[in-house]
Amino acid sequence: MTLVSNSRSDTFLAVLGRWLLRNHIWSFFALTVIVFSLSSPFFLTVNNLGNILTQGAFIGILAVGMTMVMIDGEIDLSVGAVLAMASALAIGLQDHIGVWPAVLVGLASGAALGFFNGTLVALSGMHSFVVTLGGLIGIRGLVFIYTGENALMVTDFSYTEIPEVYLGPLSMTAILFFALALFFQWVLTSTRHGRETYAVGDNVEAAYDSGINVKRHKIINFTICGTMAAICGILLSMRLGTAEPNAGKVWELWTIIAVVLGGTRLIGGYGSMWMTIGGVLTLAVLRNGLRLLNTPNYVELMVMGTVLILAVALDKLLNMKEET
Amino acid sequence: MKFDLKDALRRHGLLLAFGVFLLAVAANADAFLTLGNILDVLRQVSITGMMALGVTFVVLTGRLDLSVGSLLTLLTVIVVDQHNQSGAAAAIVMTLAAGLAVGAFNGFLVGFVGLNALIVTLAMLSFLQGLVLFYSGGSNVNIPNAQETWFAVFGRGDFMGLPVPVILFVVAGIIAGAILRFTTFGRKVYAVGGNQTASVFSGIDSRWAVFWTYVISGLTTGLAAIIMGSRVMGAQNTIGQGYELTVLAGVILGGTSLLGGRGSIFRTMIGIAMLGFIQNGLLLLSFPYYVQWIVTWAVIILAVWIDIGAKRGRIFA
Amino acid sequence: MNDIILQLSGITKTFPGVTALDQVSLDVRAGEVHALVGENGAGKSTLMKVLAGLYKAEQGDIIYQGRTTDVAGPLDARRKGILLIHQELSLAPELSVAENIYLGAWPTNRFGVLKKRELRSKAQAALQALGCAFGPDVRVGTLSVAMQQMVEIARAEAFSASVVIFDEPTASLTDTEKEQLFHTIRSLKARGVGIIYISHKMDEIFQITDRITVLRDGQVQGTLETAQSDVNQVTRMMIGRTLDTYFVKAKADFGAEVLRVEGLSKAGLFNDVSFSVREGEVLGLYGLVGAGRSEAVETVFGVRRADSGQLVWKGGVIAPPTPRQAIDMGMALVPESRKEQGLVLMMGGRENTSLPHLSLFSALSVMNRAKELATFEKYRSALSIKTTGPDQEVSQLSGGNQQKFVLAKWLCAGPKLIILDEPTRGIDVGSKSAIHELIAELAEQGLAVIVISSEMPEVLGVSHRVLAMSEGEIVGSFEGQEMNEENLIDAVSYHRQSAVG
Repeated sequence: MTLVSNSRSDTFLAVLGRWLLRNHIWSFFALTVIVFSLSSPFFLTVNNLGNILTQGAFIGILAVGMTMVMIDGEIDLSVGAVLAMASALAIGLQDHIGVWPAVLVGLASGAALGFFNGTLVALSGMHSFVVTLGGLIGIRGLVFIYTGENALMVTDFSYTEIPEVYLGPLSMTAILFFALALFFQWVLTSTRHGRETYAVGDNVEAAYDSGINVKRHKIINFTICGTMAAICGILLSMRLGTAEPNAGKVWELWTIIAVVLGGTRLIGGYGSMWMTIGGVLTLAVLRNGLRLLNTPNYVELMVMGTVLILAVALDKLLNMKEET
Repeated sequence: MKFDLKDALRRHGLLLAFGVFLLAVAANADAFLTLGNILDVLRQVSITGMMALGVTFVVLTGRLDLSVGSLLTLLTVIVVDQHNQSGAAAAIVMTLAAGLAVGAFNGFLVGFVGLNALIVTLAMLSFLQGLVLFYSGGSNVNIPNAQETWFAVFGRGDFMGLPVPVILFVVAGIIAGAILRFTTFGRKVYAVGGNQTASVFSGIDSRWAVFWTYVISGLTTGLAAIIMGSRVMGAQNTIGQGYELTVLAGVILGGTSLLGGRGSIFRTMIGIAMLGFIQNGLLLLSFPYYVQWIVTWAVIILAVWIDIGAKRGRIFA
Repeated sequence: MNDIILQLSGITKTFPGVTALDQVSLDVRAGEVHALVGENGAGKSTLMKVLAGLYKAEQGDIIYQGRTTDVAGPLDARRKGILLIHQELSLAPELSVAENIYLGAWPTNRFGVLKKRELRSKAQAALQALGCAFGPDVRVGTLSVAMQQMVEIARAEAFSASVVIFDEPTASLTDTEKEQLFHTIRSLKARGVGIIYISHKMDEIFQITDRITVLRDGQVQGTLETAQSDVNQVTRMMIGRTLDTYFVKAKADFGAEVLRVEGLSKAGLFNDVSFSVREGEVLGLYGLVGAGRSEAVETVFGVRRADSGQLVWKGGVIAPPTPRQAIDMGMALVPESRKEQGLVLMMGGRENTSLPHLSLFSALSVMNRAKELATFEKYRSALSIKTTGPDQEVSQLSGGNQQKFVLAKWLCAGPKLIILDEPTRGIDVGSKSAIHELIAELAEQGLAVIVISSEMPEVLGVSHRVLAMSEGEIVGSFEGQEMNEENLIDAVSYHRQSAVG
């Protein structure tokens, strides 16, 4: 006797169709690439594509951490401020303790701030929106105090040449983004921690009943998110050679936009790095393409807002179909 | 009735701590508790305070409005520019109308289409920033004859020794508080935030209730923009950037729950005033400017933690 | 075959004001299906939560495999071999079948990397042992409820469970799926697993179980051999009282028809539902959970939309109303879930009472607080509601007092028709009989009343006429002498059988 059989034709097309339904961002991505390729001769050049990837990689690295936190059903609004902190420490300390120790301290500051946010969320039971909203304000305050409200400059300009390593058109920053995204995609699908992330975001009671240490788990993901923000901040400081106290302001919002655009849901339990890569690239292509077309920069902002609303409306529509 | 110290501490612990803070500052800075300084602080918080009144309505339904910062920028640009082009009265009308329209659009998407409030208003934040640049062409606008226009009264005027923006804030606060406390609409807002399903089963159309809270948020942001434009007599393209978060911080600090159903206008006004006095007090004690941000961080975390800890009966989750 | 694998002795658990379990003892043998039956609130789910380690009993022992055992929580229970399968499944829809079977206990290497092949093959073995047709790699969210349940049962295989507890497992299954579930239960049994089977459905209990333990008001009424007992005997032990002593029935004095429902249908929920109710009449609607009763009345009230059918209100055909219109016409609905649908828990009794009728308690949109207070006080004393004051959050009240506020909020506007959906579920005996008396009183005042209940004695006790509902359809209408338990059971179970055959 068999139970109701699972009659799914697993032809290639069916698999592709199902994947596209869950990853509709890639259809969107293809569409934007086609539109800009047709409308600007400068778009589809190796050089420009390389630029897109480098520009997108900064938000992308933040988005990798944000995705981990969001699949847990949480949010981190403090990534922009954490980024500024790491970049300020990496530049500010290098004259005193050397370049690489300074970079390490920058990374550690991101991990520590992420750990602190996560611990507050886990211990207090407050919503992470509140905790990290406080963090956004306070950590930025710390940055201003540390920098003395000035932009810190590097004295040794070899620091700015560190990320100037290219693999064909791919900059180190872009490579790092893809490497991190792929690594965390592997973490999500193939490690205990990754599977816990979905379980916690999906059904926190079932996760708890199954012996998953939900608190420790969330702290780890916030720590990852803070570390990603620090990596982003250090790369930014290398690229610019300065650390502005206002660096990364409102980037947390762009990051959330990229992740949500990709299809990861704010309520948790659903999402992947593939989706996030799609969201990040689509956002980067939109920004780059609109600039190539010489549209004034307000168009970019308005298109972004519209696209985001369309994306969630589409997501809602697809979900309603899935339910019935 | 027996006075319960523990309960009182739990309920008003934050106010008490705030009182201690005020006294500590006052003891070390003579200028702090003078009428002039207090009015200065209130004048400063009147803009975020005005916005926070509307945002409180939205948060009470369990939703968010992150678009108010961008909207403040847009409306300030409009009010200043139209003041120069069409006169002060027309500018005010247009500003309020634009605020209401944006609020209605947010309200439509969140209330009727049922999209996630955080995402909708985040998208609106981006869209409105674009609209600002589109409208202004990227340049700043100024009112040239700042001394001669009656428009100056909203941001700079005094009435019976009180700054007009403070009077506007307090009057708007009283009206908003009265709406929430005494009208059927206010009751619906609390009910939808408290339990949306039960509200529907009680014949309340939650879609309209949510819709109107966003309209109110647009309106109060319009009023804030009028004060802002009048005070600055000009507008840059980033004038309201980040205000959405300051406003939200004040609302949360007042104890209004992001989950909806709990909170009040009065508490929001206290929260906003606390932010103002902390900022002012730390400056008077000659702390560096940005120390206030760190203190704000600590205060938000502690306030919310104490609040939910008291409800839970335990400190740790 | 007859080894006792699990023994509960003298389990006592109290909640503030209620003794949920009073010296409960019960034993389960290896390879037997042991039914646990009782009315709502008899203590079945509390007992299971004690067994799963979710509650701590104040007294008594759990003796498992011959040793007194302390169960620390669901995971501990699972590790020890006691598996609880809830009505609400404890699965993560985004994870695969294999990952859900081993939720939280995945095989990993020392760096936390999943051993996917091992996980997959172990899960595959568990699924095969149960005869599941779906593979271990399918995402659980894409499976039907019945298949999801099989995933949970597969945990029994995976963790080599020796005791499996099913809590109302057939609530949302079709008949074919039910048969497959029974097949699975029999194969677990054949391998010597002890099974506790909690259900309301008598036909299932007599089909699948070996022994039956009856709980009433937290006490064991007795344990019977299924083969030597019958439905009547079990029902009587569950109810433990004759019907006419506990229920007050309103005098049968009917007026004009208030509501007539004609051919109301909604795909997948209910089909061709027709009935009518008159002034002064109490119409009972009997059916098990999931029969479509609540959905049908929610449609009448306007919370849901029907595909077809029409409503006749006081002789005139009306368009499908919104809840607001329904309320304004004079309909009232005391919903099934008090906490989710009935009350705003963080409001006080005063605000909850006026909530559906804000326009009656206001002038020019300004609330009339004095009138609210007066109404609150009136119902507080009329229904003897225990609360410290008008603004005490109703979340702090007992279930019975909460339900009385739900009643107050509907009665205060003087409805013509009141629909009560499971009005006494989960509330104490005293409040229960107060609500029964109130129902009779309302009918005698000329209201039309519809009472929905899955408790047979209640529905028989208070109603003038009873409709039986099963799988979305009305399968019988009984009044007078014909209105009795046998006929209701026959109607519901005959329909279920005919649906199978």
